[in-house]
Amino acid sequence: MTQLQINLAMKVLRTILSWAVALFLFFPLGWLVLTAFKTELQAIAVPPLLIFTPTLENFTIVQERSDYMLYAQNALITSIASTILGLMLAFPAAYSMAFFKGKHTKDILMWMLSTKMMPAVGALVPIYVIAQTVGLLDTRTALTIVFTLSNLPIMVWMLYSNFKDIPGEILEASRMDGATLWQEFRMVLLPLTMGSLASTGLLCLVFSWNEAFWALNLSAAKSGTLATLIASYSSPEGLFWAKLSAASFMAIAPIVVFGWFSQKQLVQGLTFGAVK
Amino acid sequence: MKRLLPRLLMAPAIGTLFLWMIVPLVMSIYFSVIRYNLMQPDQVGFIGLENFEYFITDPSFMTATMNTLLLVGSVIVITVVFGTLIALLTDDPFPGRNIVRILLISPFFVMPTVNALLWKHMMMNPIYGVLAQVWMFFGFTPVDWLTDWPLWSVILIVSWQWLPFATLIFVTSLQSMDREQLEASRMDGANYLQQLRYLYIPHLGRSFAVVVMIEMIFLLSVFAEIYTTTGGGPGDASTNIAFLIFKQALLNFDAGVASAGALFAVVLANIAGVFLIRMVGKNLDK
Repeated sequence: MTQLQINLAMKVLRTILSWAVALFLFFPLGWLVLTAFKTELQAIAVPPLLIFTPTLENFTIVQERSDYMLYAQNALITSIASTILGLMLAFPAAYSMAFFKGKHTKDILMWMLSTKMMPAVGALVPIYVIAQTVGLLDTRTALTIVFTLSNLPIMVWMLYSNFKDIPGEILEASRMDGATLWQEFRMVLLPLTMGSLASTGLLCLVFSWNEAFWALNLSAAKSGTLATLIASYSSPEGLFWAKLSAASFMAIAPIVVFGWFSQKQLVQGLTFGAVK
Repeated sequence: MKRLLPRLLMAPAIGTLFLWMIVPLVMSIYFSVIRYNLMQPDQVGFIGLENFEYFITDPSFMTATMNTLLLVGSVIVITVVFGTLIALLTDDPFPGRNIVRILLISPFFVMPTVNALLWKHMMMNPIYGVLAQVWMFFGFTPVDWLTDWPLWSVILIVSWQWLPFATLIFVTSLQSMDREQLEASRMDGANYLQQLRYLYIPHLGRSFAVVVMIEMIFLLSVFAEIYTTTGGGPGDASTNIAFLIFKQALLNFDAGVASAGALFAVVLANIAGVFLIRMVGKNLDK
């Protein structure tokens, strides 16, 4: 074989192998989607069914049994609110750390990250007691606050690592030209940091939407997010996989599709500026 | 003014985070030295270190600590190794690479509860699960994963969720490889293994640090995956520290012992933190 033929063969092999790995890893998710459109009997058929007449009955039953819209609404409100709140807190802090770097900036950043390393369960009893005392148990407010705080260290870090690549001279120049702080923010800083704000916000949206620990422990019927709705399907051992799949499908579809579209942005932010 | 403004801007984030950390910490310390069982509200009073003694001498404690370390370590090793392999495999353009990327990243967006239930029922069920069917197809006896291999099942589930993250970071990092350098090394007769050893792996160094750091933060407190699949069992076989504290607090209603456990978790997190700061400081401080 010539070198060219070897290269071609390698390329074909790589393509096949890549597709095989991707399909293999995606399989459980694909299976979930398929099962959502089966009847309960088809869902546990032996051998497993690949070809069947799809049905929508599971989705209707899930909506009737547990108010999907309420949980979806809670998830949407708490994730969006906590993302906005988090950005409002993190932006000024990251700005200050990146452009007015002091002796202790690095220490403060590390300390922030270390609060994230403390397992949430360490704070469970105190937070539960506080929430109970002030009457915030099972409210969206409590979840929003908790989501914001648990994402905040990551948000500051992501914004900081993006900001520090922006040359401070640009900001100084605008100040020299007599821009006020607001103008500096609005005309110079915001356009320059839009990308990192977006990627940080997107990531926090995903984290909050999927957060299960606080959602399970601080909320119940009123303020539960989709993570709690799904967990409620875990206790009985009965075989109702089709309905479980339908509920799961409804819970993850919005955020997975959202993730597909914002994948590039997300990755850029996630690498903490360490990977170009 | 010049010094005041930066501090003022930092204050809200630092202040709230400080409260978020210190209030639970102080309360935990207080709860941990009193008798505080929600089921026995009449029994109160200072008991010193009794809660700590109870938590640490509980045989579940050693199991849970080992499980935590095993879980964090295994998932990091699995995701880094396979993530690197997949990133290298999909590095060169090929037909449908964008679709392959989308398929690969999807599990990362799936919430842990769904992820866990999906594996528990549809994959790992010993009779109807897909894995059981595959085993039977090849003439093996199906395995009851969650009963016979509880911790490894959880590790498998968590790895599946975090593999896309590692892969994606490595893929992004590889995109900035110096193509000319690669070409030059090939001209000089370097084989793929040599390129791997001297070009690819060193280039990925910083992204290894990022992946280990982020994953460690999230994996130390894995909870939903255990809660929805094994419930920590059978016995304590798949209980990690986070889940053990949860069991004490909400299943045994013993807030005192749970708080003592929480303080231990804080210490564990800080040990990991010091380790990370050293590693990350070296790799990210550019």
